[in-house]
Amino acid sequence: MDRQKDVLLDIQHLHTGYRLGGKFYDAADDINLTLKKDEILAIVGESGCGKSTIAASIIGLYDHKNTKVTGDILYNELNLVGLNENLFDKIRGNNIGMIFQDPLSSLNPLMRVGDQVAETLYYHTDMNEEQRHARVIELFNQVGMPKPEETYAMYPHELSGGLRQRVVIAIAIACKPEIIIADEPTTALDVTIQAQILDLLEDIQRQSHSGIILITHDLGVVAETADEVAVMYAGQIVEKADVKTIFEHPLHPYTRSLLNSMPQADDEDAADLHVIQGTVPSLKNMPRTGDRFAARIPWIPASAHEAEPVMHEVEPNHFVRCTCYKEFHFKNEEGVQA
Amino acid sequence: MAKEILQIKDLRVLFPIRSGFWNRITDYVRAVDGINFSIEEGETYGLIGESGSGKSTTGKAIVGVQKATSGQIIYKGLDVTQARNRKKLGYNKDVQMIFQDSMSSLNPRKRIEDIIAEPIRNFEDLTTDEERQRVQELLDIVGMPSDSIYKFPHEFSGGQRQRIGVARAVATNPKLIVADEPTSALDLSVQAQVLNFMKHIQQEYNISYLFISHDLGVVKHMSENIAIMHRGRLVEVGTKDEIYKHPMHIYTKRLLSAIPKVDVEHRDENKRRREEVEAEFQHDQKKWYDKDGRVFPLQQLSPTHWVALPKKEVQAQLKEEK
Repeated sequence: MDRQKDVLLDIQHLHTGYRLGGKFYDAADDINLTLKKDEILAIVGESGCGKSTIAASIIGLYDHKNTKVTGDILYNELNLVGLNENLFDKIRGNNIGMIFQDPLSSLNPLMRVGDQVAETLYYHTDMNEEQRHARVIELFNQVGMPKPEETYAMYPHELSGGLRQRVVIAIAIACKPEIIIADEPTTALDVTIQAQILDLLEDIQRQSHSGIILITHDLGVVAETADEVAVMYAGQIVEKADVKTIFEHPLHPYTRSLLNSMPQADDEDAADLHVIQGTVPSLKNMPRTGDRFAARIPWIPASAHEAEPVMHEVEPNHFVRCTCYKEFHFKNEEGVQA
Repeated sequence: MAKEILQIKDLRVLFPIRSGFWNRITDYVRAVDGINFSIEEGETYGLIGESGSGKSTTGKAIVGVQKATSGQIIYKGLDVTQARNRKKLGYNKDVQMIFQDSMSSLNPRKRIEDIIAEPIRNFEDLTTDEERQRVQELLDIVGMPSDSIYKFPHEFSGGQRQRIGVARAVATNPKLIVADEPTSALDLSVQAQVLNFMKHIQQEYNISYLFISHDLGVVKHMSENIAIMHRGRLVEVGTKDEIYKHPMHIYTKRLLSAIPKVDVEHRDENKRRREEVEAEFQHDQKKWYDKDGRVFPLQQLSPTHWVALPKKEVQAQLKEEK
């Protein structure tokens, strides 16, 4: 099948639980996602919704004692769940690149930045020292680093935040990975720098035809860069569609509320922002049955929710969890609706 | 026109750089380099800038946490950069601050009651019962349950903690609150909550805000007048419409074009415009900054709109628009 060929990463029924007081609680609950070639898949949600947990599960960077991962993460007929550490070392950094939020804490402060990029090449390729140096310069050029030769010998603290993030990106793409996981890559940066870094990510993706998983809480970033979007709430994916559908015809109450609570630079009226009632339940107190978002929209009758909400394909490639979206309306619209 | 509550005149905050054998002062970091603006009664004044632009230092200098090197801050006709005048006017009671990081701005070893009551105890003489009643009222204003007075900061979520910070800031019935990035550590839905509370409180008590932020969407939602700060100086001052619809300075245009927009339909177009502006900005640095790389002095365009460009550049741009 043609469709099957382009799939880089196939996540099926992924459960990632953390041990809290002797019991495991699922922070990512039954996640099904596929990442295709030439695609930027955005996972968006608020803090604590489990989006970074998914990233950690894919690249196997979690505390093996206190984390339980079940399900399948299929990459090239290889299941990344419970994969042998030695084998994983070969994949991590080579086939899957990673970009983290805070570039200062993901770089070694005692090592020249050029050497840090070369280190990845040292572990994953047979290049000799000269070739590695040349490749690092090439990478620095690719990520738009001014004066690559001089930057090679600098330490992370000598660089600005935007340049540091460029170094991290250079490390991530050094071995031309098929998959890049970017966990909040621009959250610590200024808007102008953020725009540059996002454009850079898009360029890289276009050149290398890799798939990028972009994890973020910023809906603006999603609208500007993503192709496919998965919206997460309380450990579950609640809506999944292409980027146009998510922003133009969102269906799930959470997606709609989130879009409504966003102050925008080009909105005119200065009315009150929409507030989602209540708070996200903590991992321990998360309801394990029923619709998890039901408590935040109490004016919707209980009969609207499914007992065991599942994903429904409402249109081709547009999935929504639970049936409550059919009866959902915003509270202040109540009079209008009637 | 509404009454001005605070006037800032040629404010400068310099940090010395010491070097050499004798550790002499060799140069200065010009964190705030001669800025002028004024805040009207009951308005929200937005101060936008990227990191390192000096916006937080400005806020700190206004509250009095950071000593101004030169310049004046006029409140009720007196210069409050002098401690003597601050005391005379009760300035420290009238001007309060909301901080960015609610976890590190609330004492982890104090109960919420003591945290909110601290400014009241400093400035007012209330009995224990009166004080408790006042704290309860304040918690009511920000929509917190009444049993929270016995709890500690760590028992609350980020949004709740920031609301406690707001309650503490309004405890002394201030006239002006300096809010330094009050919501940048919060999630979207929680941010909406805190911003709504800040607006309601403003309407009820006629408080002015100096709203410092890097988020242009939030500032547009909150403020009427906006100043854009860059390299310690103001590059553009104007009303909301003037800044967002008719930006004159390239730096303002660059900031505006860099905000990610929720507009999937036109995203390629937005990207192209962003690249154009960026190219223009990189290409003609001489046009936008003087020979030392400083921002030019402000030129007046209309009663409310000011831009930091040389005179002939302003005229050229106005012609172009026509």
